[in-house]
Amino acid sequence: MTDMIRTAGLVKRYGKVVALDGLDLVVPKGTVLGLLGPNGAGKTTAVRILTTLLVPDEGTAEVAGLDVRAEPGMVRERIGLSGQTAAVDEHLTGYENLDMVGRLYHLGREKSRARARELLDQFDLEEAGNRPAKTYSGGMRRRLDLAAALVAEPDVLFLDEPTTGLDPRSRALMWETIQELVRGGATVLLTTQYMEEADRLADDIVVIDRGRMIAHGTSDELKTQLGGERVEVDLASSADIPAAMSILGGLSVGEVQVDEQTRRLTAAVTGGADVLRQVLQRLADKGISVVDVGLRRPTLDDVFLTLTGHAAEEVAEHPEDKGKESEPGASKTREKEAVR
Amino acid sequence: MTSAALAFSDGAVIAKRNLIKIKRVPEILIWTLMSPIMFVLLFGYVFGGTIDIPGASYREYLIAGIFAQTVIFGSTFTGAGLAEDMTKGIIDRFRSLPMSRSAVLVGRTASDIVYNTASILVMSVTGFLIGWRIRTSLLEALGGFLLLLLFSYAFSWIMAYVGLRVTSVEVVNNASFMFIFPLTFVANTFVRSGDLPGPLKVFAEWNPVSAVSQAAREAFGNTGSSLPEVWSLQHPVAYTLIWVAIILAVFVPLSVRQYTKKS
Ligand SMILES: Nc1ncnc2c1ncn2[C@@H]1O[C@H](COP(=O)(O)OP(=O)(O)O)[C@@H](O)[C@H]1O
Ligand SMILES: [Mg+2]
Repeated sequence: MTDMIRTAGLVKRYGKVVALDGLDLVVPKGTVLGLLGPNGAGKTTAVRILTTLLVPDEGTAEVAGLDVRAEPGMVRERIGLSGQTAAVDEHLTGYENLDMVGRLYHLGREKSRARARELLDQFDLEEAGNRPAKTYSGGMRRRLDLAAALVAEPDVLFLDEPTTGLDPRSRALMWETIQELVRGGATVLLTTQYMEEADRLADDIVVIDRGRMIAHGTSDELKTQLGGERVEVDLASSADIPAAMSILGGLSVGEVQVDEQTRRLTAAVTGGADVLRQVLQRLADKGISVVDVGLRRPTLDDVFLTLTGHAAEEVAEHPEDKGKESEPGASKTREKEAVR
Repeated sequence: MTSAALAFSDGAVIAKRNLIKIKRVPEILIWTLMSPIMFVLLFGYVFGGTIDIPGASYREYLIAGIFAQTVIFGSTFTGAGLAEDMTKGIIDRFRSLPMSRSAVLVGRTASDIVYNTASILVMSVTGFLIGWRIRTSLLEALGGFLLLLLFSYAFSWIMAYVGLRVTSVEVVNNASFMFIFPLTFVANTFVRSGDLPGPLKVFAEWNPVSAVSQAAREAFGNTGSSLPEVWSLQHPVAYTLIWVAIILAVFVPLSVRQYTKKS
């Protein structure tokens, strides 16, 4: 199998900030790589280098077998980019935007027009196609941007946080669209802050933090790295937290995590349903009432927490890393998903 | 396709995009066209009687100057438009496409020609209504219009560079105002350069804006009877073309390099 993306030792500095600190990536043809990391991890920087928008300070990057520094023009003919902020012209209609992009890929007048109509249809934008893009909702704009990336049917597709800032419905729609593309055999590099997104869309996941790879594998492999399952207990009263902690501590193979606000205790365990029964029994013995209890496999959030020592959300909300993409609604939704 | 042909055909796609914007936000064009009308009326009636041009009416004399000033101001659209584009995601789309590296600039500056043609038309009609007449042939007058457009086109490339260098549209507008106002006033646009005091006179005589105004004035037959004493104004067409060549030779590569530069 040929590799469509290959980087070795990519370094990019912005003054004192090291955005990329020796990144190695390999994406075989027809696969999806999820580049997962919190805000400021270096995801966009990696995408910009691979799409010829940025020159790395060190290291090499190849796309479709072409060196991005030596042959940026040739690389541009093979790629499609849907960047972190939707790159559509507000004053142009959806149709005009796609037609323009087709002309600039040199598809010719007829082909550009046909392709524009085809994509509007495929992305559920037929009706909106004749309205200026500034009248579009965030989700529609994102879809138009993704459609623009697909105009020339590129060999390699770069999607930089395609669902950040979208409401759950638009996100689900976006996921479906991307999954369809993937089934069609596209090679995709997808960046995301959402664990669930990488889990669902990517064959292979690279977790990065501060410009460096901290983990690599399929989502199953990453989960296995953490060992067994977790017991989650939601208490009725915060007064019971200390008592419940000591019960769980006796059965857990690791530290017990506590979320004071939701009164949720999480403990890594081995032994499955048996342990769960024991937990319930001991809690009942002490007269601790429980709202909810469950056994679950680790989420990628757990993976991240274990690998970096901090949760993705914490970093994302760190003031200096706050980008325009971190919309207030986004991290809330994510929390919910992670818990599921 | 050669790179020049590619720059031209991709530039046309970009120019079309810019012109669609005019269609969608027609206020821009309307206000752009209001100011030349105001200038023609203001200067025509306020100064019309106070300044004396031997052998010609001041109102006729001043039209070429207003044309020159207006088309030069028109070139600030390039600067403002590019500065705006640079702050938007669309520029990343353009940069990631296999299009000509100069197409965005070629298209942008070309759209200014359309703006400027429209404002020349409007000004001509307004001028005509207040008594301006072409005293030569229509063909010669067309030559004058063409030279104005050519000069302003070159000027657009200066503004392109400015627009790419600064970080916001407001800066372009303020900076260009500070620069274009003196340039178009210390010239023979509204007074004869010979009537200006000392150093201003020398500046005005060699100012390319004077040359392009003089050339247009001659093309319209509005010069009056007194002849200029300096080479630049005795050969205004040649002098203007020299400046056009210099500006393009310097600012086309400079702007393209600035656009291509990767931060
Ligand atoms: N143009 C820039 N100037 C200075 N610092 C930058 C610039 N772009 C990115 N950075 C910094 O580089 C780091 C990585 O940024 P980025 O690649 O955008 O991260 P991500 O996309 O994962 O959120 C961050 O610390 C960010 O602040
Ligand atoms: Mg980013």
